[in-house]
Amino acid sequence: MNGNIDSLASRDAAWRVELRNEMSAKERAAIPRAKMPMLPAEYRVTCNDEVNQGLSAGQAMVEARRCLDCPDPQCVTGCPVGINIPGFIKNIQRGHFAEAAAVLKATSSLPAVCGRVCPQEKQCESRCIYTKMKKPAVAIGYLERFAADTERMSGQQLNIDREPSRGIKIAVAGSGPAGLSFAGDMAKKGYDVTVFEALHEIGGVLKYGIPEFRLPNAVVDAELDSLRALGVEFKKDCIIGKTLSYDDLINDGFKAIFVASGAGLPRFMGIPGENLIGIMSSNEYLTRINLMGAGRGGMTPVAHGKRVAVIGGGNTAMDSVRTARRMGAERAMIIYRRSETEMPARIEEVEHAKEEGVEFLTLCNPVEYRGDENGRVKSMIIQRMTLGEPGPDGRRSPVAIDGAVDEIEVDEVIVSVGVSPNPLIPDSIEGLNVSRRGTIEVNDCLQSSIPLIFAGGDIVRGGATVILAMGDGRRAAEAMDRFLSDSH
Amino acid sequence: MNEIIEKSYFSEKVVKMVVKAPDIAKARKPGHFVIVRACENGERIPLTIADADTRAGSITLVVQDIGPSTHIICGLEVGQQLTDVVGPLGRATDIKKVGTVVCCGGGVGVAPLLPIIKAMKQAGNRVISVLAARNKSLIILEEEVAKWSDEVIIMTDDGSYGSKGLVTQGVENVLNRETVDEVVTIGPAVMMKFVAALTARYNVPTICSLNTIMVDGTGMCGACRVTVGGKMRFVCVDGPEFDASLVDFDEMLLRMRAYN
Repeated sequence: MNGNIDSLASRDAAWRVELRNEMSAKERAAIPRAKMPMLPAEYRVTCNDEVNQGLSAGQAMVEARRCLDCPDPQCVTGCPVGINIPGFIKNIQRGHFAEAAAVLKATSSLPAVCGRVCPQEKQCESRCIYTKMKKPAVAIGYLERFAADTERMSGQQLNIDREPSRGIKIAVAGSGPAGLSFAGDMAKKGYDVTVFEALHEIGGVLKYGIPEFRLPNAVVDAELDSLRALGVEFKKDCIIGKTLSYDDLINDGFKAIFVASGAGLPRFMGIPGENLIGIMSSNEYLTRINLMGAGRGGMTPVAHGKRVAVIGGGNTAMDSVRTARRMGAERAMIIYRRSETEMPARIEEVEHAKEEGVEFLTLCNPVEYRGDENGRVKSMIIQRMTLGEPGPDGRRSPVAIDGAVDEIEVDEVIVSVGVSPNPLIPDSIEGLNVSRRGTIEVNDCLQSSIPLIFAGGDIVRGGATVILAMGDGRRAAEAMDRFLSDSH
Repeated sequence: MNEIIEKSYFSEKVVKMVVKAPDIAKARKPGHFVIVRACENGERIPLTIADADTRAGSITLVVQDIGPSTHIICGLEVGQQLTDVVGPLGRATDIKKVGTVVCCGGGVGVAPLLPIIKAMKQAGNRVISVLAARNKSLIILEEEVAKWSDEVIIMTDDGSYGSKGLVTQGVENVLNRETVDEVVTIGPAVMMKFVAALTARYNVPTICSLNTIMVDGTGMCGACRVTVGGKMRFVCVDGPEFDASLVDFDEMLLRMRAYN
């Protein structure tokens, strides 16, 4: 691989000017968007294999050609971490896949993860010039995944530029997307970063939450290895605020701390019967299966419901219901109180779920669960809804239809209606300002009321996406670097 | 990985283990628990910390062999490792001088009760400990409890040791005899349910420590949820100790059987 990142990603580089001139915009726009190869639905419900198989090199190079290489690329403004999108795409087009990966890795610590789980259709791809032309956007997410996967499969890890060590120790609480993104950026800036993780696996929600069929653990592990190669250290089974206090970290020589402890407490609806056996949060269901290996050789038990209802319409709900199908559910249902248009889940996840035989009971709201004599859930009462006037968030709010109530037989219910911030750190560090919702309060630089503590991701946002958390990690790294440079 | 540095048996099924865990030993307070994984692929099991030695950097756990995971833990020998030990978790016991405190424990519940007994005594309380078990061989930690108690009452179901009867009878005798300012109870859920019902009749504030099913133990999964005073609470982060008079023990007892 030749040249530094600037020459690899520069729009004015001779090779890139040449690529732009070889084809007209009209010709580019005439190329159909690449279709993601995927496993057939009837096969994938029998196993945990990754559904999307990734583009071939040929597909990727053709797709890359669709990109018009705009002078003022709007896609970049739609990316929370500001990846140089045309820069990596044009490297794919010329067949320089390692260089494409290098451009990605200059800004993103987890490109193989983002290429799989980012809602590109709401971010970079939503700003693509093609959408203004009423054509499908360039498949930026597919291409990102292609470049990252190709680098990983090549077995030749990129050497990422790292500034010389400054001998300054930085602690990170939590190894999810915010913590990892922060750790990668700080390591590149020459800091000695240690990431502390409460669980026995590194990766946070990427490991306990997102299922293997959407994000294989091997992909996460490879990204972790890249961070280790940058000098990032990981310490599992260690809870900041519990095992080690703020004072312990300071006494141990850490100069600043980034708190990225994530969303914790699952929310329930507070309806009768919700504590019956067989009703659990999506966090519990997914943690048992993804982190603990329940039903796949782990000693942790999990219920194998035959009639499973998942309450909610987000990505976690889709992950849960599709997992339930794979665990043997004959009837796997999404119960959602609004219509499909308002569902927060990615369209791709909704489509995949439907292909896998998931039923969608929209405009339905659970109001009660009923149990058998052993306290196990056996049915749920559903209130039919209709859409009323738009609420403050612009979404039409659901209104109950008088008397339209049904009873559905269920033997397992997974409640996926959101999470509240994890209370461990807010509860255990004195002087840390916390909002009424339990999130850590930070200023524009993601700095908390304790100057040496920065925070980002769901512990600040209260429940968002992987990429927004990563964006926070990146911003916090910049701000902390400035803060430490100014004060030394 | 955490090395086992001492192991002894209270009974055939109840093992005391001293485990290397320097950071936890330093940070823990009475009432705290840890999550233990015996092996790769193992369950995450909550175990209350019975004691700690900051100089040796170790904590003491008491484990009852009641299922596949606790069976593996109990089978480990000195020099072998627990794959994961994480903590201290939960909220520490609120220790203050209130006057006379009755600490009643059943079975292995006496292990987590011991540090509370000790702290209550050190805070200047008069401490009466009531230890209960099915029979003499299942009474544990009597000597250690006696060291920090003004009086120890032993109750066994079969009368093989102490007085014959349930823990509630031992506690009720004390309540009839003198003014008690607080009761702390740790043991099987059904035992705590009856202690709570008893002390409610005598209007004595009572703290119980719940040992529900948990997965992560860090406030993430909600498996440990219980109803306390009509509200949903998570044992791992809001507990493990609650006002016993407010706990819905019947619901908790049902939920404990989720995977039986």
